[in-house]
Amino acid sequence: MADLKETTVPAAEAQAATKTAPVVLAPKKRRGFFQTVWKYKTLTLMCVPAIVFFFLFSYVPLPGIYVAFVKYNYQKGIFGSKFIGLQNFEFLATSGKLWSLTRNTILYNIAFILLGNLFAVFMAILLNEIRSKVFKKVSQTMMFLPYFISHVLIGVLVFNFLNYDTGFVNTILVKMGLERWQPYADASCWPVILVLIYLWQQSGYNSVVYFAAIMGIDGEIIEASRVDGANAFQKIRYIILPSLRPTIVILLLFALGGIVKGNFGLFYNIIGTNPLLYDTTDIIETFVYRASMTDFNFSTASAVGLYQSVIGFVIVMTVNFIVKKIEPDYSLF
Amino acid sequence: MAKVKDLDMVSSSAKVKLGASDIIVRGVGYLVTSLYALACIFPFLVILGSSFTSESYLNLHGVQLIPGDFSTEAYRAVIKSGLIWKSYIVTIILTAVGTGIGLSVIAMTGYALQRRDFPFRNGISFYIYFTSLFSAGLAPYYLIMTQVYKLKDSYLAVLLPLLMSPWLVILMKNFVKSIPHEITESGKIDGAGDMKIFTDLILPMLKPALATIGLFLALGYWNEWYQSSLFLSSRIDVKPLQYMLYETVNKTDALKNTVAGQYVVITDIPSNTVKMATAMLATGPIVLLYPFVQKYFISGITVGAVKG
Repeated sequence: MADLKETTVPAAEAQAATKTAPVVLAPKKRRGFFQTVWKYKTLTLMCVPAIVFFFLFSYVPLPGIYVAFVKYNYQKGIFGSKFIGLQNFEFLATSGKLWSLTRNTILYNIAFILLGNLFAVFMAILLNEIRSKVFKKVSQTMMFLPYFISHVLIGVLVFNFLNYDTGFVNTILVKMGLERWQPYADASCWPVILVLIYLWQQSGYNSVVYFAAIMGIDGEIIEASRVDGANAFQKIRYIILPSLRPTIVILLLFALGGIVKGNFGLFYNIIGTNPLLYDTTDIIETFVYRASMTDFNFSTASAVGLYQSVIGFVIVMTVNFIVKKIEPDYSLF
Repeated sequence: MAKVKDLDMVSSSAKVKLGASDIIVRGVGYLVTSLYALACIFPFLVILGSSFTSESYLNLHGVQLIPGDFSTEAYRAVIKSGLIWKSYIVTIILTAVGTGIGLSVIAMTGYALQRRDFPFRNGISFYIYFTSLFSAGLAPYYLIMTQVYKLKDSYLAVLLPLLMSPWLVILMKNFVKSIPHEITESGKIDGAGDMKIFTDLILPMLKPALATIGLFLALGYWNEWYQSSLFLSSRIDVKPLQYMLYETVNKTDALKNTVAGQYVVITDIPSNTVKMATAMLATGPIVLLYPFVQKYFISGITVGAVKG
């Protein structure tokens, strides 16, 4: 555990150090709020731009959530529209839409989180076996490429691989004398395709954290195990994997905190507005986006958004509670 | 601070004789790493290759890594229309201005919130962090942006929301944490004000942090298409690069949606090769630059990975 902290959270060291260092604080005096502001005016001013920013773009929209409870009328504005209580929610719940969106969002995220971390750990362990620095550098650079490109480009790449007429996959199938594949008209294959794309895009990034944790393992432990006759598999099984366990647990828990938040950029650029595929690919974000930007149905969109925010909030709080129990140092607040 | 070099350091065991298991694991390591690394760049290479062919060849033979017919007609068409250069200029300005402002504000905030003698630090930290726990969602955000702030069809609607995020502020705080508090103390003893301590003593030590967070900000601006899709309508001629690409490739949405064989010919739809060429031109700078900045990127992931 100590090794892990030094590598994945080097800042924790500094924190530990400052805890023991003598704290030089002004003698405690009761002061009014404005006197305190005045005393720390420079530091306060340094925070003002950020405070204003989050106020304008995150806090001001909060009262707008009211739109979820009205029948939105463009002329009358959010607060002039007719209040209809929970009707927007009722409609979404009874039509089954809310359920199918939640199901898709959560199932995709579970697959992304579990397979993503599994593959990242796997890649980190293998990267650790590479001795050639040049090889390691070059391969890591290549692995980062998918993370640096925009979701729009990913959409372009996927379309040119999978489309019916000119797609790369179909070009090869035809050359081999096989029948063309038509994924853009077949909803059932997309869960697999999207998970593969996610792994392709994220694994270079995800493996870095695990790789850093492996680098933090005390070399002497591995050396000692070698002297004791442990082979490479035993080294991985009994030294590397156990020392990765805390990192894995923490990262999994945090990822679970975001389990109702979908990856909008990925889904929207790959699926777009293709209703043939909605059954298996429509997530909360894509639905909310279409409801707002295509149908201008802001009340429905906001109802789904609020539902998502509330569930997400409850889940994060629960996860944080659990993390606090297991490893207080890692809890969010 | 994460020493990036640490990542390259191989657990340098003295030369020990390799057992069979070592050879297997190492062999699998090289093999799988190579395959995965190649898979990461392969789609990119295929589209790059296919962008250098003629439309007629592409329609006849499909997308190939090395097409049998070399042509630069798509690139000539994209360059001739000139739209992409205007998008480049807009994107470069947005990226430079946004990264500059965002970085300054994040650095100041990160430092102030890490000062142990600053009584509001917990309150403000929570105020910022809360925005990532609970948000209004897209619809209220869109309505406020367009109806209250009147930012529809304004580049400010793209520039402002990307200036900072709770995550980047937390990342900066984590970087600042590694600077010993004694530095601030020594500045105070010398009689320097908080701003002077920050600009003269702290900022020079934050260079790696500034590089890392600047990289994340710049990448955000360069790859931005979402805010543009929300707020920039057809009344704005020049779109940021990635949204320009988005509009170019999605002009065939109708084609993409129809089941094969039911194509409607619409003449102003850009050809497939033109789309690919646009994609390559819009991505080029990133691909050329990122190998040089990825070490900052790695330090960002490791410093910001776990703790808030």
